[in-house]
Amino acid sequence: MDFDFIQRFAPMYAKAAGLTLRIGLIGIALSLVVGALCCLAKYFRVPVLKQVAAVYIELARNTPLLVQLFFLYFGLPKVGVKLSAETCAITGLTFLGGAYMAEALRSGLEAVDRGQAESGMCIGLTPLQNLRFVILPQALATAIPAIGANAIFLIKETSVFSAVALADLMYVAKDLIGMYYKTDEALLMLTVAYLTLLLPISIVFSVWERRLRYAGFGGAVQGQ
Amino acid sequence: MQDLAVLFKGNNLARLLGGLGVTLKLSLLSVALSVALGLVVGALMTLKNPVVRAFFRLWLETVRIVPQLVLLFLVYFGLAKAFNIQISGETAAVAVFTFWGAGEMGDLVRGAITSIPVHQRESSAALGLTSRQCWQYVLLPQAARRLLPQAINLATRMIKTTSLVMLIGVVEVLKVGSQIIDANRYDAPQAAVWIYAVVFFLYFLACWPISLVAGRLEKKWA
Amino acid sequence: MSNQPILEVKHLSKHFDGNGVLKDVSFTLAEGEVIVVVGPSGCGKSTLLRCVNGLERPDGGEILLDGARIDAGADLVQVRRQVGMVFQSYDLFPHMDVLGNLTLGPVQAMKRPRLEVEAEAEKALERVGLAEKLHALPRQLSGGQKQRVALVRAMLMHPRLLLLDEITAALDPEMVREVLNVVLDLARDGMTMMIVTHEMRFAEAVADRVLFLEGGSVLEEAPPREFFHNPRTDRARQFLDTFEFDAVK
Repeated sequence: MDFDFIQRFAPMYAKAAGLTLRIGLIGIALSLVVGALCCLAKYFRVPVLKQVAAVYIELARNTPLLVQLFFLYFGLPKVGVKLSAETCAITGLTFLGGAYMAEALRSGLEAVDRGQAESGMCIGLTPLQNLRFVILPQALATAIPAIGANAIFLIKETSVFSAVALADLMYVAKDLIGMYYKTDEALLMLTVAYLTLLLPISIVFSVWERRLRYAGFGGAVQGQ
Repeated sequence: MQDLAVLFKGNNLARLLGGLGVTLKLSLLSVALSVALGLVVGALMTLKNPVVRAFFRLWLETVRIVPQLVLLFLVYFGLAKAFNIQISGETAAVAVFTFWGAGEMGDLVRGAITSIPVHQRESSAALGLTSRQCWQYVLLPQAARRLLPQAINLATRMIKTTSLVMLIGVVEVLKVGSQIIDANRYDAPQAAVWIYAVVFFLYFLACWPISLVAGRLEKKWA
Repeated sequence: MSNQPILEVKHLSKHFDGNGVLKDVSFTLAEGEVIVVVGPSGCGKSTLLRCVNGLERPDGGEILLDGARIDAGADLVQVRRQVGMVFQSYDLFPHMDVLGNLTLGPVQAMKRPRLEVEAEAEKALERVGLAEKLHALPRQLSGGQKQRVALVRAMLMHPRLLLLDEITAALDPEMVREVLNVVLDLARDGMTMMIVTHEMRFAEAVADRVLFLEGGSVLEEAPPREFFHNPRTDRARQFLDTFEFDAVK
């Protein structure tokens, strides 16, 4: 193990981790927005939008991010749509993540007892007030574990962005292996970097989930 | 649009489908191994022994937190360097996906087993069923109903994740697509958008029916 | 009692998957009157209540609240602000404390000032013996306490009409009385109510009139004394007999 090498290139990893985290967080935030919109279109049974959301969710959930990314980054420029690697990355991540977040939110909404919605109606709330004060707070609490799992999943997925020459963690590691053949060191730092990013998120969400379950209206953990 | 014709030039379509075959072969092999191992792992995960629990917990957290692409690199490049053994990209892929899949599958199996309420076992004992009959008629059918939809979902995730293996040099559907695009760079400059769209839909066609079945089962058995 | 009835139900019918759940149900309810609906399981009692505040859409007939039709095309949000309902399963909002549950409707739906509503809520809780539970969460309450809170929550909307759907069916026997006492108080205060229940003694005590429903039709409509002691139909007699233990002999 070459510790001088590790010391020399650690700042490069730190910078790349920053990029990974930034793109990951932007992607997660936008995914939540897209997911919420899809979920609301389905919840309020908005004609047309409801069907669009359903088709989108199936498409995004049943195709790999890498293929979506190749289409955006290598395909679209050929028909005149040029996007930067970063824009492609965020677009791809949001396309994928929006569908997963929509499913997480939907399972949260479905877990809210029908009696809750009826009780809200019976005290004269409008559908929007009912959603805001009665249903959404409970649905979100149930969806937290699934949202957390999705967040971790999305940050992990950013590793494929190296394939479109975005200088993220994976890219730096590949670079160092190619240039210096310091495979062990490069891979060790890569693994440590991802663990540093994701372990805290994983721990925060599992603690949060346990607290919610204790509060008496949490739900079971959902896979992605 | 006319650049889509590249797809039907020569044996391009056959090659692309051949690539899809590699994708499916790798995923099905990994899924099969994961299911077999996962059943054992899941049973072990229900044990109360703290060392066993810690071991499986660590395994599960590792495959959940470390990106599959990083695992692929660790095995493909790391092993080669550390032990001087050169394994093929395909072997590395199946090894990594099985390591990941068996952990996740094990957790699903554990969840399915522990979800069966104790009184189910007690009431079948009260009916005079033997331990074997109890598992055969009462416990396993209930566990299977819970497990199957989730296991099928895991399978689609594994199929999707095989797209990563092109990055360690395996020639699968996405790589074949790139090769076709490169070979026709001059006579069909717009081919990229069409070929990648086709690959996109090939993946969709491979995964969607499976997702549909999982969704159907989930609704039926919920 | 004024001449205009609060609630008029005319020839109401409702089908689920081709099965008639309500068939040509008609009755009226005057101000301050309490009507109790009884009948075997599946006779359509709950569906009838749910139609009255628009949770179910009737397939035929009319429902008039203060003379205005509330079925086809009515503003159901407005209707529900005038018709309170309490369910068997309490359905308190688990993420809010008792005060939050009580004030949500008046503050958000009726746009009343929060402080005023909170003062009223406190007083109402005191009346049902739950003053010290103001900031308790629903999961910290017993079933009977939850149901009393649910009753107060409905009352704070100052409904014209209160619907109670088997509100004691999920309670342990020792808690039934504390809830029913609250309902008896409400009746004494002149609250107009429509009650579905399996508690026959309570029904007799609280009702001004009894509606006996079977197979979706009204078989009998009578004052409680007459219905419980001198039912006109054989079906009603058989139904009442199932509540007597010596009927098993």
